[in-house]
Amino acid sequence: MQELINRAKELLANGTVNRVLGWRKGDLPTNPEPAYFNDEASLADFVYNGFCGVNLSKYMIEGSKLEGKTLIFLKPCDTYSFNQLLKENRVNRESVYIIGVGCKGKISESSLNAIGIKNILDVKGAELSDPCDTLEIETLYGKKSCDYKDAMLERCHVCKGKEHVVYDEIIGDSKDTADGDRFAEVEKIEAMSPEEKFEYFRAELSKCIRCNACRNVCPACSCRKCVFDSTKFDSAQKANADSFEEKMFHIIRAFHVAGRCTDCGECSRVCPQGIPLHLFNRKFIKDINNLYGDFQAGTEAEGRTPLTSFTFDDAEPGTI
Amino acid sequence: MYKISKENLPELYKAIAAVNSLYIPVKTAGQTNFAAWTETADVDLETLKTVKSPKDAFFPQCENIYTCERDGKKIKITPEELASESFVVFGMKACDVRGVEVLDKVFLADPIDTFYAARRDHGIIVAMACNEPELSCFCKVFGIDCSEPSGADVVTWLVNNELFWKPVTEKGEALTESVKSLLKDADDAAVEETKSNIKNIVEKIPNMSLSLEGWGRDDKLERFNSPIWEDLYNPCLACGTCTFVCPTCQCYDIKDYDTGHGVQRYRCWDSCMYSDFTLMAHGNNRTSQMQRFRQRFMHKLVYYPTNNDGMYSCVGCGRCVDKCPSNLNIVKVIKAFGKEAGV
Amino acid sequence: MSMNEEFRPKIVAFCCNWCSYAGADLAGSSRLTYPADVKIIKVPCSCRVNPMFILRAFEKGADGVIMCGCHPGDCHYSTGNYYARRRMTLLFSMLDYIGVERGRARVEWVSAAEGVKFSTTMNEFVDKIKSLGKNVRLGDLRCRN
Repeated sequence: MQELINRAKELLANGTVNRVLGWRKGDLPTNPEPAYFNDEASLADFVYNGFCGVNLSKYMIEGSKLEGKTLIFLKPCDTYSFNQLLKENRVNRESVYIIGVGCKGKISESSLNAIGIKNILDVKGAELSDPCDTLEIETLYGKKSCDYKDAMLERCHVCKGKEHVVYDEIIGDSKDTADGDRFAEVEKIEAMSPEEKFEYFRAELSKCIRCNACRNVCPACSCRKCVFDSTKFDSAQKANADSFEEKMFHIIRAFHVAGRCTDCGECSRVCPQGIPLHLFNRKFIKDINNLYGDFQAGTEAEGRTPLTSFTFDDAEPGTI
Repeated sequence: MYKISKENLPELYKAIAAVNSLYIPVKTAGQTNFAAWTETADVDLETLKTVKSPKDAFFPQCENIYTCERDGKKIKITPEELASESFVVFGMKACDVRGVEVLDKVFLADPIDTFYAARRDHGIIVAMACNEPELSCFCKVFGIDCSEPSGADVVTWLVNNELFWKPVTEKGEALTESVKSLLKDADDAAVEETKSNIKNIVEKIPNMSLSLEGWGRDDKLERFNSPIWEDLYNPCLACGTCTFVCPTCQCYDIKDYDTGHGVQRYRCWDSCMYSDFTLMAHGNNRTSQMQRFRQRFMHKLVYYPTNNDGMYSCVGCGRCVDKCPSNLNIVKVIKAFGKEAGV
Repeated sequence: MSMNEEFRPKIVAFCCNWCSYAGADLAGSSRLTYPADVKIIKVPCSCRVNPMFILRAFEKGADGVIMCGCHPGDCHYSTGNYYARRRMTLLFSMLDYIGVERGRARVEWVSAAEGVKFSTTMNEFVDKIKSLGKNVRLGDLRCRN
C-alpha cells in the first residue's frame, strides 16, 4: 500500500497528474470509500486492501471532465470495465493515468456477515502484502477467524484472471482466486421447470426496493438519462408497485448491458437485499457465448459487440 | 410482566393473527424484512435489523390514493379506503419506534395525512429490546434506550428461551388480554439482567458516543455553505438505498399509472438522491448531486430539528451505514464535520 | 369471465412497414381470415422493436406478442432484421429463463407477398396462445379488469 501512496505522491509532485482517484480509509476497517486526493497530505488516508471492492472505473465518466489528468487505481477486473467505457467513448484515455493494482480477491462486510461474522472492529490478513489465506477478526462479541476465500465476493470465485487489460503501469502482486464455474448457477436455473424458475425469480425479485443501486453502480449503465427515470411514461422507477415492474426493470437493465457487461459483479455486491443480479447478466453472456462465439466485453477497447453485429445464419428466436 | 416460551411463539402469532393482521420479521430468499405473517412464514426474530425498516406498516413504499375509471362519457373516481382493521407490528426495535414518532410529527401535523393517521390508529406496536446491538448502531446519540423501547404498546425481551412481555399502553393491555391464555406471569429479574447486559454492550460501541455538537437547530447557513460537502459527496452513486432502508425518510412522490382501462393515482417513496426529486415545471431546484447529498443530511440534522423542537430525524439505526454501496453514511458526515470543528 | 366462455387472447403483432404490414394488407385484400384479437402495431423496421416494447405489451395485458419483419436478407434497410433477430433470440431465451411459458412470444418473417403466410401464422399463434391460456406471469395486476 505504501508503494502505491509513494508512487501517487511522485506523480502528483512531478505534475503528471492533477489528482488521484482511489480509496480512502473509512471509520471502520471494513468501509473504505472511493475518494479524490488532491494533494500529498490527503494521501495519508489512502488505503488499498481486501475491502476495496468498489470498481472505480465508472467514476471516470465524471472524472474525465475534470481539468488535467487523474491518476486512477484499477484492479484487474476493473480494467475491463474501463476498456468498455473507452470503447463507448464515455471516458477519455488521455485524461487518465492508470496504475493497475494487484488483487488477491475482494472481501466485504456483507459476505462476512453471511458467514456469521458481524460487528467487525479490526481485521488482520486483508492487506495486499498478506498471503490472504486466513482472516483474523476482532468483533464486538469476541475474536473470530475464517478462510479468506469464505469472505470473498461471489465474483472473485469466478475471476476472469489477474491480467490488466489497460494500464500505464502495474504495482503489486495478485493471486489467482478462481475456484468456481462461472455458469454453474445459471445452468442450475436452466434445468428447473418453468414453475420452479418463476418461483425462484419471484422470491428473489420480490425483495427489490427499486433503490437503483445496481443501475447506478454499473459501469455499463452509463446513459445520461435512464429510460426508467423518464417522467413521460409510467414505468415507475422508484415504486415497487407490483412484482412485474421489478422483473421488467431487471430484464431490461440486463438487456441494455448485454454484450457490454464485463461481469464485474458490482450489481450483486451493492444490492441491499442480496439479490443475485449477476444471474441475469450471466444468462445473456452464456447465450452470447453459445450462439455467437465466446465474447468477453472489455477485452478490447475497439470493435463491435455481439449485439451490434450479426451473421447471415444466426439462430432463429425461440429455437434455443 | 408476562412471559411465553420460545417454542410457543407460533401459537402466539396465530392467536394475534386470528384477530389482527400481523407484521413480523420474515426471512425470504435469505433476507429478513417485515412481512405479513402466514403459517408457513419463516419468522426471524434473531436478525437485529431487517433490511427495510418497518416504516412500511404505517407508510408503505407504494400505496394507491384513488382510481379513475371511464364510465361511458363520465369518469368514475373511487378513493382508496382507509385502513379500518387493527394490525400488529411485532418485533420493532427501539429505533424503529422512534422512527414512527418522527413520521408522526410530519404526517399527523396539520394538514393530517388521513392514510397515515388511519394506520396509526389501527396499528399496535409490539417492540423488542435489542439483545445484541451492532457496531453500526448509534441510537444512544439520539437518546434512545435500546434495552427498553419507549413509545410502543407492548415491550418484549427475548431472554434465553423465553419471551418476556410487558404491556405499556391501553392498546397493549387489550392485546395482552386477547392472548392471555398463552402468557404466564413473570417477575422482572431476568429482564433487568438482560437490560444491564445490553447497556454494557452499548458502552462498548464507539459510535454510541458520537458528538452532535454544531448540529440541530442552532445552525443553518454555516453547515450549508461548508466546503466539506464537496469532498464528502464524491462517492455517492445517487441511488436510493439509504432513503429506502431509512425508518424516518418521509418524502414521497405522487404518480399516475395507466392501467389501460383507467388511471391509478398512487404515491410512492421518493429519494432526495434522485435527479427527479422535487422536479418542477421550471426544472430542478437542486442541480448537482452535491446539493442532493447535502439535502439529505441537512434535513435530518438541521432542518427537521429546527421545525420540531430539536428532535433529530435520524434515529441511529445504522441501516444506511450497513447498506450504502459506496460505504458513505451519516456517521461519516457527522464525524467529518466534528473533525473540522476539532470535536 | 365465466368458465364456459371461450378464452379470447389479446395478441399484439409488431409488423414492419415494408414487408409484414404489407403482408397483412394482402391477407386482408385477399379475404383471408385471421382472428380480430390480433392487434397490429406498425413499426418502420423489425429492428425498431425494443425488447421493452414486448415486455410492456405483456405488462399491459397482452397474452401473446408476435414480431414480424422482412425475411433475413430482404430488409428494406439491408440489415435491420439481422440485429432484431439477435435481440429477440436473447430476449426469448431470457423469458424462458425466468419461467415464462415458451411460445408466448414469437418472431416470424413475412414478406409483402405472403398474405397466406400472414394469415396462417396468426391463426396458428392465436391457437398456441389459447392452449397456453391467459398471461399471468408477465402481466401487471393493476391492468387486469
